[in-house]
Amino acid sequence: MPEPVDKIRLTDLKSGEKGTIVEILGGPALKSRLSAMGIFEGKEIVKVSGHFLGGPVILGLGKTRIALGSGMAGKIAVEKIK
Amino acid sequence: MKFLLVGNPNVGKSVIFSHLSGVTVIASNYPGTTVELTRSSFRWQNQLVDLIDLPGTYALEPTSPAEEVTASMIAEGDVIINVIDSTNLERSLNLTLQLIKTGKPLLIVLNLWDEANHLGIGIDAPGLERIIGVPVVSTCAITGEGIKGLVDHLSEARAGQYRFDDNERWHEVGKIVAAVQTIVHRHHTWLERLGDASLSPFTGVAIALAVMAGSFGLIRFIGEGLSNHVLEILFHRYWTPVVLKIYNWLGTGFISEILVGRVQTVQINYLGAFGLLTTGLFVPIALVLPYVLAFYLVLGLLEDTGYLPRLAVLADTFTHRLGLHGLAIIPMMLGLGCNVPGLMATRILESKKQRFIAATLTCIAVPCMSQMAVIAGLIGRYGISSLGVVVLTLMLTGMILGIILNRLVAGESPEIFIEIPPYRLPYLRVIAKKLWIRMKKFMLEAEPMVLLGVLIINILTYFHILNIFAQIFSPVVTGWLGLPAQSALALIVGFLRKDVAVGMLVPMGLSQHQLIVASVVLAMYFPCVATFVVLWKELGTSGLIKSTLLMIAVSTLVGGLLNLLL
Repeated sequence: MPEPVDKIRLTDLKSGEKGTIVEILGGPALKSRLSAMGIFEGKEIVKVSGHFLGGPVILGLGKTRIALGSGMAGKIAVEKIK
Repeated sequence: MKFLLVGNPNVGKSVIFSHLSGVTVIASNYPGTTVELTRSSFRWQNQLVDLIDLPGTYALEPTSPAEEVTASMIAEGDVIINVIDSTNLERSLNLTLQLIKTGKPLLIVLNLWDEANHLGIGIDAPGLERIIGVPVVSTCAITGEGIKGLVDHLSEARAGQYRFDDNERWHEVGKIVAAVQTIVHRHHTWLERLGDASLSPFTGVAIALAVMAGSFGLIRFIGEGLSNHVLEILFHRYWTPVVLKIYNWLGTGFISEILVGRVQTVQINYLGAFGLLTTGLFVPIALVLPYVLAFYLVLGLLEDTGYLPRLAVLADTFTHRLGLHGLAIIPMMLGLGCNVPGLMATRILESKKQRFIAATLTCIAVPCMSQMAVIAGLIGRYGISSLGVVVLTLMLTGMILGIILNRLVAGESPEIFIEIPPYRLPYLRVIAKKLWIRMKKFMLEAEPMVLLGVLIINILTYFHILNIFAQIFSPVVTGWLGLPAQSALALIVGFLRKDVAVGMLVPMGLSQHQLIVASVVLAMYFPCVATFVVLWKELGTSGLIKSTLLMIAVSTLVGGLLNLLL
């Protein structure tokens, strides 16, 4: 049986914190769009910064930086890496 | 034979295209510089073959019109040159595997090779070649390194041998990356740190304000310096005697009126004379060119360092209230130089709604540098605050209109989703080349239009047709906008060139108040013919009609309100 994971939304991760993507909470269109940029389940990410007032979230995948709107970021479930 | 350059956005396809074809195209450090395909040809094995530079894409299923172009072209190509960002092998290979599935002959180019080495990333190119079964070459396109090797290996391009299950693509990519890539850990460079700092809310906004202030300061310093202290002096010293000689020889009359305009016998007021040889040359060369040059120099620096997408991210919080995401600032920034490339760049936006809003706002609220240079020259003498009123009115109108359009226009407004490129130190040679292309385009396109505008004004004035126009438009122009009746002609000429139209106001002796109203109306009321054609192409007939009706309505409303309020 898999361990229960502590799932939170990417928007709830704090700036500078790391996480592993555990689920994309969206349809196939969103999944394929995110995956084309290298964002898919199992991927380790770092939240570089998140803008207040509904602004975009900056995601770090290794040295790559990706900006994505908070709506999309809210559909990415991550497990925080402590 | 057709060779296609295919790859993720911002991996250097356009730079390689320039090297192979000898045709220089604009390349910058942000995803989406190329929005349509660029064709050229080059000599290869004693035959002339086609080379096509395609807009960057992450996947073969398109999500924007720029990506659609790529997806539909791939079927037509004979050989695919797959350009890869060596600093981001994993994501690049995801596209490579999709390209292998097409069965087309493939050559892989590991570009940005030097930058990858610098970051401590090593790629075993022969190993990669063995695994996927297509030739692999490495290049550093910006310096031209490896381009010869690329050409030498073109004949070896072949369909990939790698067999895999498409549902397991990322897993397969992971396996390949693990086999060929080695990473030596390096500490963050100062550029990387600065890169992240300019994305966070607080430091980011501070940096953005500094960059904007610095940019405008630099544009003004270079533009004003070159215009007032170099070109104007050259005109007075060397061109005035020539024009006066022609004037003395021609005497007065129709020809003289058109060629030289209204001049005194000892000196020339180049703005007021309105002849082909006086105003027709002075406005584009001495007044507008310096600012356009300064603007494109600064824009080139912002593009090549990689700052623009960072500004887009910061702007996003605000622009999504206008139905746009932050990337819309890129067409608008380009529009500040000339609205034509600005409108073409709206293709980086995903939805029809966004493209309509961005294009309409660019036409209404983003005056091109040619127009701004003349406005600044005209209003500048009343101090910077008058110019401020014009700029502020345009910005405020753009914002309010954006908020309204966001509610009224049907359709989706997708969120921002872009890769932010790393900061890169710009290459002066590349910046100079880009500046040259843009300035050449400016001179070739602006000068004939300016001369045509001046010619038409002179003919209309000479035959007193001007009065007829003035009478037709006077209820709106005089009654509502508070401008002299003859300024109606400026509105007509503005369709040819906005800078000439603003220049026409000079001999009319407008007050400060009238100048502000006229500048704002001229900026908003209708696009110039070049912009009009591109707007038509980008939005289609119904979009064009809607957009231009909005321009006429908004400019009349705002101009009249300004007239009442000021």
